[in-house]
Amino acid sequence: MSQAETNRAIEAVWRIEQAKLIAGLMRLTRDVGLAEELAQDALVAALERWPKDGLPERPGAWLMATARHRAVDRIRKQSLHQRKQDAIAYDIVTENGDGDIDARLDDDIGDDLLNLIFIACHPILSTEARLALTLRLLGGLTTQEIARAFLTPEPTIAQRIVRAKRTLAQARIPFEVPRGVERAERIASVLQVLYLIFNEGYAATSGHDWMRPQLCDEAIRLARILAVLVPEDPEVHGLLALMEIQASRFAARTAADGTPILLLDQNRARWDRLLIRRGLAALARAEALNRRPGPYVLQAAIAACHARANTADATDWTIIAKLYGLLAELTPSPVIELNRAVAVSFADSPAAGLAIIDRIADEPQLGSYHLLPSVRGDLLAKLGRHDEARLEFARAASLATNNRERDLLLARSTGGN
Amino acid sequence: MRFMMLMIPKGYETAAPGTMPDAKAVEAMMEYNKELQKAGILVALDGLHPPSMGARVTFASGKPKVTDGPFTEAREVLGGYWMIKVKSKQEAIDWAKRCPAGPNEIIEIRQVQEMDDFPEDVQKAAAGFGELQNAKR
Repeated sequence: MSQAETNRAIEAVWRIEQAKLIAGLMRLTRDVGLAEELAQDALVAALERWPKDGLPERPGAWLMATARHRAVDRIRKQSLHQRKQDAIAYDIVTENGDGDIDARLDDDIGDDLLNLIFIACHPILSTEARLALTLRLLGGLTTQEIARAFLTPEPTIAQRIVRAKRTLAQARIPFEVPRGVERAERIASVLQVLYLIFNEGYAATSGHDWMRPQLCDEAIRLARILAVLVPEDPEVHGLLALMEIQASRFAARTAADGTPILLLDQNRARWDRLLIRRGLAALARAEALNRRPGPYVLQAAIAACHARANTADATDWTIIAKLYGLLAELTPSPVIELNRAVAVSFADSPAAGLAIIDRIADEPQLGSYHLLPSVRGDLLAKLGRHDEARLEFARAASLATNNRERDLLLARSTGGN
Repeated sequence: MRFMMLMIPKGYETAAPGTMPDAKAVEAMMEYNKELQKAGILVALDGLHPPSMGARVTFASGKPKVTDGPFTEAREVLGGYWMIKVKSKQEAIDWAKRCPAGPNEIIEIRQVQEMDDFPEDVQKAAAGFGELQNAKR
């Protein structure tokens, strides 16, 4: 094997093993920062040894064994007078003593991994820190990649990660998978982090940067893992369903020149049927759990309605309007009301939609949201109130941040409809 | 990147109709499938009945000609596939290496073509095709 081939092989092994490795080490050391360092040490050792000795038969087990030895070394070298660390060193040595690292590694590492996910998304951390830590520890992204993805300077991200690890260490978070009410709260935090990562990648605000689709991929991958680890939570399946269905529209949502294409104008032949099928299956799993649908399940159900319609005209707007109504009850927000207004305008009449919009028109949260006047203009135009519609389109154009969108709105503000 | 891991079991080309893998092999394969699922990379998977239950449609004479299986000339046939989404071909290879496959089995790794892989003219042609399909419905 050439050096380049070996490096590629190590990189692939690393990507597959990294999260499991850190998760296992975290249980042993009870310190996420130390666990990551040890995992990195093992990677460095692999980079030294594997090109000479060839890849081990079980690379994951090799990395774990190496990291463990380093952990023992380190802890022995460090303050042996500290009882706590003695105890940890003892744990590691005895666990090591049973000699069956392979079996342990193949053992259900589910709890360790879930624990790592929970720690990375711990509510004690700021949202930004949770995103960065999750991508770093679970996605295996480098600081540089994370910085690129979030359009943030690299040192900022590096510092964010260091601080997050310090916060976790100082807070002495217990390293057990939480149960009961706390578990539900922690899962909610994880779901929020994954959806934020996904949306960061999905938002078409910053062009063709290759890092951004990767964020979507990573969020979906982690949600798929979570759905295996926490199958009893309908919201986990709901979020996965929502992301799979949204991802199915990737190829259809921008024109060749980068112009965003709205859902109803998209060429549905370009929707990815496989992802839709996966999304619908995840939604079915959520619904089979027979619980009152939460916000992700409802959003997924809305996305599924669109996905099931072969043409925009075939959309079942009555159900969508109802689902938005349920969503607004759970998580009231003027943005949801705006979406409900659109659904109602199709299901019922443009006038009914307009009535909803006029109730939320003064919401400060929508003050600079170009879609409000844009949708209002649309409905006014449908009602034949063209002068008012043009004013709304002009207002929408002045608020739009995307150039192409602004051009389209400007055209409508001066045009015949 | 999406990859197909194509399972090619030697001997399957002559397998009798209704041939099924034994329970033990399935058990091991299910463990592997779960591992793929737990890693969040599994997109789809299927197993295929032997070619003796299938048919081939060939076009050598310009007209379709149907031959029922098994196909005497076939040396390698598909037994099933996994579709996985990973970051590199190397990662796909690494996953294939972990498969509990027997000595008679081959896994071929092939990247799935995405719309973005095509040159613009092909993309345009495909997009036009989609619109035709939509208009028909």
